[in-house]
Amino acid sequence: MLELAIKGSKKYYGWMALLLGIIGIGFLVYLKQLDFGLGITGMTRDVSWGFYIAQFTFLVGVAAGGVMVVLPYYLHDYKAFGKVTILGEFLAIASVVMCLLFIIVDLGQPSRIFNVPLYPTLNSVLFWDMIVLNVYLFLNIIIGWNVLEAERNNVHYQAWLKPLIYLSIPWAVSIHTVTAYLYCGLPGRGFWMTAILAPRFLSSAFAAGPALLILLCLIIRRVTNYDPGKEQIQSLAKIVAYAITINVFFFLCEIFVVFYSQVPEHMDHIKYLFFGLQGHGAYVPWMWTSMVLMLISIILLVNPITRKNEGVLTVACIATFVGTWIDKGLGMISGGFVPSPLHHVNEYIPTIPEILIALGVWATGFFVLTILFKIAVSVKEEVRG
Amino acid sequence: MKSSRRRFLQIAGISALGLGAKPVYDAFAKEEHGDKPEIQILKNDKALIAKQWAMVIDTRKLESTEALDPIINACHKIHNVPTKLEDKRHEVKWIWEEGYHHAFPGKANRFLDEKVENTPFLVLCNHCENPPCCRACPTGATFKRESDGIVLMDFHRCIGCRFCMAACPFGSRSFNFRDPRPFIEETNKEFPTRMKGVVEKCNFCAERLAIGKMPACVEASNGAIAFGDLYDPESEVRKLLKTNYTIRRKQGLGTEPSVYYIV
Amino acid sequence: MNDKKIIIAGLLVFIAIILFPFWYGLLKAAPAPELKLTEKAKAAKECVRPTEYMKAEHMQLLDEWRHSVVRNAKRVYVNQSGKEFNISLSNTCLDCHSNKADFCDKCHNYASVDPYCWDCHIDNPKEKK
Repeated sequence: MLELAIKGSKKYYGWMALLLGIIGIGFLVYLKQLDFGLGITGMTRDVSWGFYIAQFTFLVGVAAGGVMVVLPYYLHDYKAFGKVTILGEFLAIASVVMCLLFIIVDLGQPSRIFNVPLYPTLNSVLFWDMIVLNVYLFLNIIIGWNVLEAERNNVHYQAWLKPLIYLSIPWAVSIHTVTAYLYCGLPGRGFWMTAILAPRFLSSAFAAGPALLILLCLIIRRVTNYDPGKEQIQSLAKIVAYAITINVFFFLCEIFVVFYSQVPEHMDHIKYLFFGLQGHGAYVPWMWTSMVLMLISIILLVNPITRKNEGVLTVACIATFVGTWIDKGLGMISGGFVPSPLHHVNEYIPTIPEILIALGVWATGFFVLTILFKIAVSVKEEVRG
Repeated sequence: MKSSRRRFLQIAGISALGLGAKPVYDAFAKEEHGDKPEIQILKNDKALIAKQWAMVIDTRKLESTEALDPIINACHKIHNVPTKLEDKRHEVKWIWEEGYHHAFPGKANRFLDEKVENTPFLVLCNHCENPPCCRACPTGATFKRESDGIVLMDFHRCIGCRFCMAACPFGSRSFNFRDPRPFIEETNKEFPTRMKGVVEKCNFCAERLAIGKMPACVEASNGAIAFGDLYDPESEVRKLLKTNYTIRRKQGLGTEPSVYYIV
Repeated sequence: MNDKKIIIAGLLVFIAIILFPFWYGLLKAAPAPELKLTEKAKAAKECVRPTEYMKAEHMQLLDEWRHSVVRNAKRVYVNQSGKEFNISLSNTCLDCHSNKADFCDKCHNYASVDPYCWDCHIDNPKEKK
């Protein structure tokens, strides 16, 4: 089926060339980082994880979000999602690829990455995260590819795939749970040390992933002859509506616990993010924007009149995606490191090289995504026509 | 904890067997090879040993920055710590000075006696008995040495993921954001430097203990810092703990720091 | 199948390109460098282990050494003849082999290996030629 990816319009090639250009720039800056060290980023002794790990965390969520189309289709036999399941799986593949790349660009000694499997350390959550992410990647590649090929050949997919498909559903939950455990098991980091971190991660994942999928479906409908379907998009929109509402609810639970108990070690981080601390408040406008965006998307998505209007739905999905991205891809990591364990406030601001490298990784993800979606849509067009 | 106890018992059991068998083995070995000794890797005869090294810092004897500086410099000098890094973001430090509010956040009263308020506190890696950094490390590059409880770094194995820095509740770890070599004031040629992209921290002078010397900071402290085995009731450390009220940093987190402070 | 010629020519070019490292190496293969010993090393006659062993296995020995020092706090190496050595790359190996450029680098360059020992361990700690 790969041949489908190299037969495309001028626009398709133009888009891919643009992505390759961004990847190239990111790669050159990465070479600079390899040579100089991570000092070209904004990370510091106090904020030792930054933009890269934040993007990683957010994208694990997008990857896990793919399960929101897999689960209704395979587990509840919700036939309509047959048209979008493959898109969810392929989105998961592209997201996991980005996740792994973000981990690699974050390492101080990337050439030693194989020390992780060489010295398996069962007590390290990072070790488990590597396992769950890679297995999830392979599950989705195997399932997505074989099911699509079966569809192309007009046969039922192989029976041995069924158990893998069932396995992939809890596995999607596991990748984001383990990613949350990276943070919430650390003593002395009050912002993360909350049992609701994994549920919060999952709820924002199930909002961000399907919201992106809706946007992608709308784009596919516009640029190809394949229509993922009105009903499908509406069902996805309902999923986003529930997930984003639960996400905000979980956040409010957090706020209640932290501000009613008034334990400074937990409170100071949220104060820093939303009001600023000791004169430092670079994230304040971002965090409030995120809150407003999530509230707007709840209003637009829960209300059936606005949800059913695809123009408004587009706005709501963008609001959801950007809102959750700021929350997780910006605030979640910085917020945990400021103030530091010694109660110093050293603010983290990503640098231009850091952002360029991150853009390069995003472009790589979209490059993979475009190829996969091109194949999927071509097959769908073929089968239908 | 449980697993380490089991591990200890396993090792103890195997060693007991080994000890019993040693004379027999030796007898056979002698017969076979004559007096030719085997290739062996041994501890230095003079090496200082302990079950868990611990430190007691008497802050009453270290009242000013001037009193701390020689201690800090002694450590940073012999360990090739790049102290010339001007960009604060890339700072590397093994032992440094903090005010009470920062060394003991959560323990500081709003109205504190003037003496404590103005006393500088030495902070360093606590060589916790239950270290969260070692739990976090995905490669075992940072580990708690079973023989003497020192939390060490294997710089050869570190992949620079900085999970240990996120896990440490004491901010004891530094990352080499760039090549440290140009920023070392005066290189101690007998000790290695580090390379960019790895994490580093205080090693309780493991290299000095191995040849029978006390840690550099202890030596430079004029008796203000005591060092010894926490599990030896006769050690200097234990004697001080018995006769003085001491505090530890963030004790409530259960990491069991091995650095104690007399205030 | 009229493209036979083109395909074969293309294949040949492809093979030539992927074999580049091999034929490039054959063309410029230099003679193996000669080992240069310092006076001190010559006087000692034998290294920690016999020369043949050191030539072939020094990396394994160093690996064992670093493991022992870093992880087990054991820093004294007793060789077959019962002689004791302080385990240290900079302070023991390079004490005799103080000509790193001639002793280590030459051969490593020839074999095109680039060990990262010297990123941390200090070359020639006692500053003698």
